[in-house]
Amino acid sequence: MSRSLIPTPGQTVGPFFGYALPFAKGGELVPPGSPNSVQLHGTVYDGNGTPIPDALIEIWQADENGNVVSETGSLVRDGYTFTGWGRIPAGNTGKYVFTTVNPGATEPGKAPFFAVAIFARGLMNRLFTRVYLPEDSEALEKDALLSSLEPARRKTLIAERLADGSLHWDIRLQGEDETVFLDFNSEA
Amino acid sequence: MGEPVKSSDAAADNQAIVSREIRDIEEGYRAALSAGQPAETQPRIDYAPYRSSILRHPTKSLHHADPETIELYSPAFGHQDVHALESNLTIQHGGEPLGERMVLRGKVLDGDGRPVAGQLVEIWQANSAGRYIHKRDQHPAPLDPNFTGVGRCITGPDGSYEFLTIKPGAYPWKNHLNAWRPAHIHFSLFGTEFTQRIVTQMYFPGDQLFPLDPIYQSIVDQDARDRLVARYNHDLTSPEWALGYEWDIVLTGPKRTWTENEAYGEQGDNE
Ligand SMILES: [Fe+2]
Repeated sequence: MSRSLIPTPGQTVGPFFGYALPFAKGGELVPPGSPNSVQLHGTVYDGNGTPIPDALIEIWQADENGNVVSETGSLVRDGYTFTGWGRIPAGNTGKYVFTTVNPGATEPGKAPFFAVAIFARGLMNRLFTRVYLPEDSEALEKDALLSSLEPARRKTLIAERLADGSLHWDIRLQGEDETVFLDFNSEA
Repeated sequence: MGEPVKSSDAAADNQAIVSREIRDIEEGYRAALSAGQPAETQPRIDYAPYRSSILRHPTKSLHHADPETIELYSPAFGHQDVHALESNLTIQHGGEPLGERMVLRGKVLDGDGRPVAGQLVEIWQANSAGRYIHKRDQHPAPLDPNFTGVGRCITGPDGSYEFLTIKPGAYPWKNHLNAWRPAHIHFSLFGTEFTQRIVTQMYFPGDQLFPLDPIYQSIVDQDARDRLVARYNHDLTSPEWALGYEWDIVLTGPKRTWTENEAYGEQGDNE
């Protein structure tokens, strides 16, 4: 692919994004308590296993039927339009929580996942990753990304379904169980 | 990693120690370049002179992935999300903020030079004294009751953005003893695909703090660093009103095969 322009470098989000990036209902892709709503939640950890209090997490997902929506209004949510995008800062204990719906498979047989971007003070550039729904084991087995990973690495990208129906997924920026982070831009 | 892990915010080292680390890394990079290695265009995520990065960067290499459906699209933003006045950071309170008033204008482009139309641009910055409105900013410089330092806009059909603000001041931080950040404005950008998402910082030409700053220097290639520096443009400066700066942003990609409508920018026109 020919590239005429060289991309602008990223830089860390730094510590002072608090007045700029978080917004009201940023983590509520659907109103809490609405039918079929699920929570996606977890903790962001550093290489010592210490929770990170100043990370920012964004998710971008298909709707329940697997459709990619192009609705505006994420920043000023009207309470009924599903925009597919959310942003939430990790709290003082490194915890984040989104209220959303399970993304559907975007094509028959595809394993549904949330696309994720992570920002933090101390992180020079944003990190991309995915978190997959755990249910469709056949689709997970066939997934191109997951099957290119060793089992121990693969499991860092699959959420755990808790008894209350919520999805639990921790993010580890470094260390033994380091989350798999993705590079979309180099050639395979 | 053989060395003991340094505490990330201890401010234990002085500028000379950090500057030496910066220089060593840069010399290593130059040697690699002359040995035929490709130029680096992004910051190093493993960059120890920035102490907070030590425990916060992945140590395994990023895993190549071909973007799939959802990743080939971007969330949509429009005028429901952002009011036109949010691009003016000088009118958010009762009076005028102190400092050098400045117009900042530029374009958001993709790697093929196509304008990124109708997309969200968010900025945040310190005030003219180098102070953020943030409980963790303990720098004893004055807050400005007329300045929050946060702006947003939606790019035009040609990918253009424009903000009216005041020039931020340099500020100290605790990376090491006597550490100061060059004046900068933080930028958050979206493309037409999720894979193009980027957060970065824009700097001002000729800043004497560049060689000393581990965040700026985490980009080891000088041409790449230069891409974060705005250009002063006297034609954009308005008489007796505001200085003019210009800065274009280029996103990665695109990865998706574009339809004709999108290629002509209609996506951003219809809001
Ligand atoms: Fe800053």
